[in-house]
Amino acid sequence: MRFMLLFSRQGKLRLQKWYTATAERDKKKMVRELMQVVLARKPKMCSFLEWRDLKIVYKRYASLYFCCAVEEQDNELITLEVIHRFVELLDKYFGSVCELDIIFNFEKAYFILDEFLMGGEIQDTSKKSVLKAIEQADLLQEVRVCDSLNWCPCAVHFSMPTTNKCERVSSVICVCLSSACLSQEDESPRSVLEEMGLA
Amino acid sequence: MPAVSKGDGMRGLAVFISDIRNCKSKEAEIKRINKELANIRSKFKGDKALDGYSKKKYVCKLLFIFLLGHDIDFGHMEAVNLLSSNKYTEKQIGYLFISVLVNSNSELIRLINNAIKNDLSSRNPTFMCLALHCIANVGSREMAEAFAGEIPRILVAGDTMDSVKQSAALCLLRLYKTSPDLVLMGEWTSRVVHLLNDQHMGVVTAAISLITCLSQKNPDEFKTCVSLAVSRLSRIVSSASTDLQDYTYYFVPAPWLSCKLLRLLQCYPPPEDGAVKGRLVECLETILNKAQEPPKSKKVQHSNAKNAILFEAIALIIHYDSEPNLLVRACNQLGQFLQHRETNLRYLALESMCTLASSEFSHEAVKTHIETVINALKTERDVSVRQRAADLLYAMCDRSNAKQIVAEMLSYLETADYSIREEMVLKVAILAEKYAVDYSWYVDTILNLIRIAGDYVSEEVWYRVIQIVINRDDVQGYAAKTVFEALQAPACHENMVKVGGYILGEFGNLIAGDPRSSPLVQFNLLHSKFHLCSVPTRALLLSAYIKFINLFPETKSTIQEVLRCDSQIRNSDVELQQRAVEYLKLSSIASTDVLATVLEEMPPFPERESSILAKLKKKKGPGAVSAGELEEGKREGGEVNGAERPGDNAAIASTPSPSADLLGLRSAAPVSAAPVSAGSLLVDVFSEAGPAASTAGVNDDGFLSCSSALSSAPPSVVSEDPAPPLPESDELLNKFVCKNNGVLFENQLLQIGIKSEYRQNLGRMYLFYGNKTSVQFVSFSTTLNVQLKPVDPLVEGGAQVQQVINIECLSDFSDAPLLNIKFRYGGALQNLSLKLPVTINKFFQPTEMSSHDFFQRWKQLSQPQQEAQKIFKANHPMDTEVLKAKLLGLGTALLDNVDPNPENFVCAGVIQTKAQQIGCLLRLEPNAQAQMYRLTLRSSKDTVAKRLCELLSEQF
Repeated sequence: MRFMLLFSRQGKLRLQKWYTATAERDKKKMVRELMQVVLARKPKMCSFLEWRDLKIVYKRYASLYFCCAVEEQDNELITLEVIHRFVELLDKYFGSVCELDIIFNFEKAYFILDEFLMGGEIQDTSKKSVLKAIEQADLLQEVRVCDSLNWCPCAVHFSMPTTNKCERVSSVICVCLSSACLSQEDESPRSVLEEMGLA
Repeated sequence: MPAVSKGDGMRGLAVFISDIRNCKSKEAEIKRINKELANIRSKFKGDKALDGYSKKKYVCKLLFIFLLGHDIDFGHMEAVNLLSSNKYTEKQIGYLFISVLVNSNSELIRLINNAIKNDLSSRNPTFMCLALHCIANVGSREMAEAFAGEIPRILVAGDTMDSVKQSAALCLLRLYKTSPDLVLMGEWTSRVVHLLNDQHMGVVTAAISLITCLSQKNPDEFKTCVSLAVSRLSRIVSSASTDLQDYTYYFVPAPWLSCKLLRLLQCYPPPEDGAVKGRLVECLETILNKAQEPPKSKKVQHSNAKNAILFEAIALIIHYDSEPNLLVRACNQLGQFLQHRETNLRYLALESMCTLASSEFSHEAVKTHIETVINALKTERDVSVRQRAADLLYAMCDRSNAKQIVAEMLSYLETADYSIREEMVLKVAILAEKYAVDYSWYVDTILNLIRIAGDYVSEEVWYRVIQIVINRDDVQGYAAKTVFEALQAPACHENMVKVGGYILGEFGNLIAGDPRSSPLVQFNLLHSKFHLCSVPTRALLLSAYIKFINLFPETKSTIQEVLRCDSQIRNSDVELQQRAVEYLKLSSIASTDVLATVLEEMPPFPERESSILAKLKKKKGPGAVSAGELEEGKREGGEVNGAERPGDNAAIASTPSPSADLLGLRSAAPVSAAPVSAGSLLVDVFSEAGPAASTAGVNDDGFLSCSSALSSAPPSVVSEDPAPPLPESDELLNKFVCKNNGVLFENQLLQIGIKSEYRQNLGRMYLFYGNKTSVQFVSFSTTLNVQLKPVDPLVEGGAQVQQVINIECLSDFSDAPLLNIKFRYGGALQNLSLKLPVTINKFFQPTEMSSHDFFQRWKQLSQPQQEAQKIFKANHPMDTEVLKAKLLGLGTALLDNVDPNPENFVCAGVIQTKAQQIGCLLRLEPNAQAQMYRLTLRSSKDTVAKRLCELLSEQF
């Protein structure tokens, strides 16, 4: 695989992972071009297309497009399932994942992707193994986090402090209410898997 | 409990992200970012030492800003500091930042490498994995230099944890891809192959990607992976859908691993070991069978995973190209997919069938789906699927269906997407030329092409139609008539005007008898387009006019008047002005004879590879590849026929560009030199001055006349006894001394192709008898002066039958077996005998040896009868690479650094016969100055040395 992109229906790039050395300028150009091509396609069209000298495999989950560029000889269908397995991993980790999870926890999304794919090749296809690696990492810092943080009332999006720093508390709650839980944003907060009827 | 709650601690980051998202405009966002950058900068520069948590938070913010698309020029140092933190998440963020934002700051790289080194030797598996991920993500040469030696050790060490092994394998793969020279093969390579046997499926999955890549570059060193891969695959394929637990994906056992195993096998030829091969064929059959079973789940993931394996298996079957049964089954399966409701499957089926179409075993089976594919071209809503359908039609096209396919492609072209029109035009043009039986059809097709998609008709296409019309007298009148009619359309494309101008200028006389297309009518028609055309086309038309003066003296005054008018003779374009002035002068001072000589009909163009094909090849479409192969096959056939075409090799180099060159009249040349100059300009254009050879189509015409002669010949004339071998059979045999596959024989009726493989004293040869006619061959039989399995007595028109011959070399031999072929075609008995290209060298096993060993053995074989020597003149150019290829094709090992003279070649090999093994040494001394070779063979058996010497002396 040469690279993987996640972008929204509005053309906002949410995650990019490059598996070959590419100059920043070229990256930006390729992202722009490719987003245009993919976003212009209609829902029933096939998930594969030829673009430059690459094969593009993409799939839309709710408001997000997952898009992989693979080499000529790579298998399209299995790439499609690479995407799906990645979505499942995100879903399992975030608990019914939505675009906002990926925005606010972008570093986690990168860590999960790194555990799953390395250098563009699959490292492990077992959901358990991949998540075990991630959760292990979380456990290492859990002690510290639990001291000062509690869960958001909606219990989904992110944690916030309940103790001494009041002004911080209110600002975080504000974030939570305005963008995630009340779903006033354009990005769909629904689970991407729910959309597919898989959750 | 949602898992997310566990890790997230950076509330400042969340606030920042949320702020950015609330920004109403781009300016507000930039303002907010600049504020944050200033804040972070001051924190980093501040006197107070930051704790790890804050550092992590700020680095993460910087990363976020960078990923939004803004430049980041600081923070690298803080990220590097995080690497040496002993808190996992701090380290993790540090590595993430480095992976995304690393630049080749050498000072920093040294620090990063140090941190990585520490983590790699920490024996803490999570830290080791982080470090390996970082190396794989950055993958720079500096990192390869620092770690390429260490990682293989981690990979194969006995005490490495599975998760670390997985990361190490893929990390090494990345380094190998970026800097293959730094990853040295060694003792670890054999142990890597055995990871295919690992108990942990994750380790196998990761390792196989590495093994596949390494095998592509070093197939011999990784040969043992074939049998391991087959047994692993067999275990997966035969396992129940729940056996593999977490590695079962929607009821499909280990789909990723299966695909990768099948992919790995595609790096190698079919397994030689019968048992392994049997097992593999069984696997492939099981996979094909499973495709027919009802699905275990309705979910698309289930069918995708299952079909991913199926397509990979089909790719392997196509790669082997040796199991007709499997190929036909694969084709049938794809045929089902062509009508599947999933667009993805239809797309892939079309794509995969394209490669199947080029296999001789399945070409016919693919052709049966023509209606479905045409339908796809017409009705698919997705342009990328239609594109695949067009590719497939191109690949499945042959003489039998060319008219239908070309017609369909033409009608599709009228509505085709702009993005694919140019390629479609090229394909139609190629097919029309390649399969043209009658050239009026060809001319019609190309003119239609210009009419429908004139804008997309490149110069190559219209050059080509003119070349063909010039070279073929029988179509010239028709071409003139058709193009004349086409020009009458009120709006016609400029390319049509170009073709019209050229063809009427050359052959307008052929239709001038008809009052409706009298010379003046022709001229007026052309001239009515003149003002709408671009400069190059006008220039071409001016040349057509001067030719008209020669062809039809009655038009002289009209044309002179046109040339004389100010818009021509004073044209601001130098080229047009010059032509007008010179043509006017030429027409008024030259006598009719001189004019006739200057403007003589164009000589035929030398035959060469179609420039259109060269152009399509450059476009590298999947269909184009198979076209190239077909072309190659055709070329080989031509050589066997002894009709080597002079232009074939030099073809791609030159594409005629300015139209004036094609005309051969760039500037009005001095009268006396004119005909010569036309010729020499052609030389410039084609870089090939050979005499005009027969065009590709001559064979067909020859066949047409020939077939009637044959059917009227009384059958009794030909004897029933095997005919004596054809006079050229020795020559045909010689073509196969250094190669194993190709066309053995071809005439107007029959083509015999050969594929063969040899191993030790055994060989297998596939003979393909292709009926080139549209009529059945009956009583088809072949006999060999040894025993032969009978072949199907009927060969349908256009069809091909296959015959397999197993060969065992019992002892050494000189004479090739004789193959006699008899069949009735239209009542006439055809009887021909050929030498089967089995020569003693086919049973060579290469032997590597040192210089010392070689000369020692050379001396041991010093009796006069053990040596055969021949000095002969070079028949082919003395190209070192070609010589090497031929010597390798001979089957011996080519030994480097043995002969003190580097110009010379020495080879060694052992001929394996059932009775004995015969060692042979060879030395070939080229003398470039004299264009001579001296060939010396020494062998433990005198007859062998003699025979090899005879065979080889014909090769160079």
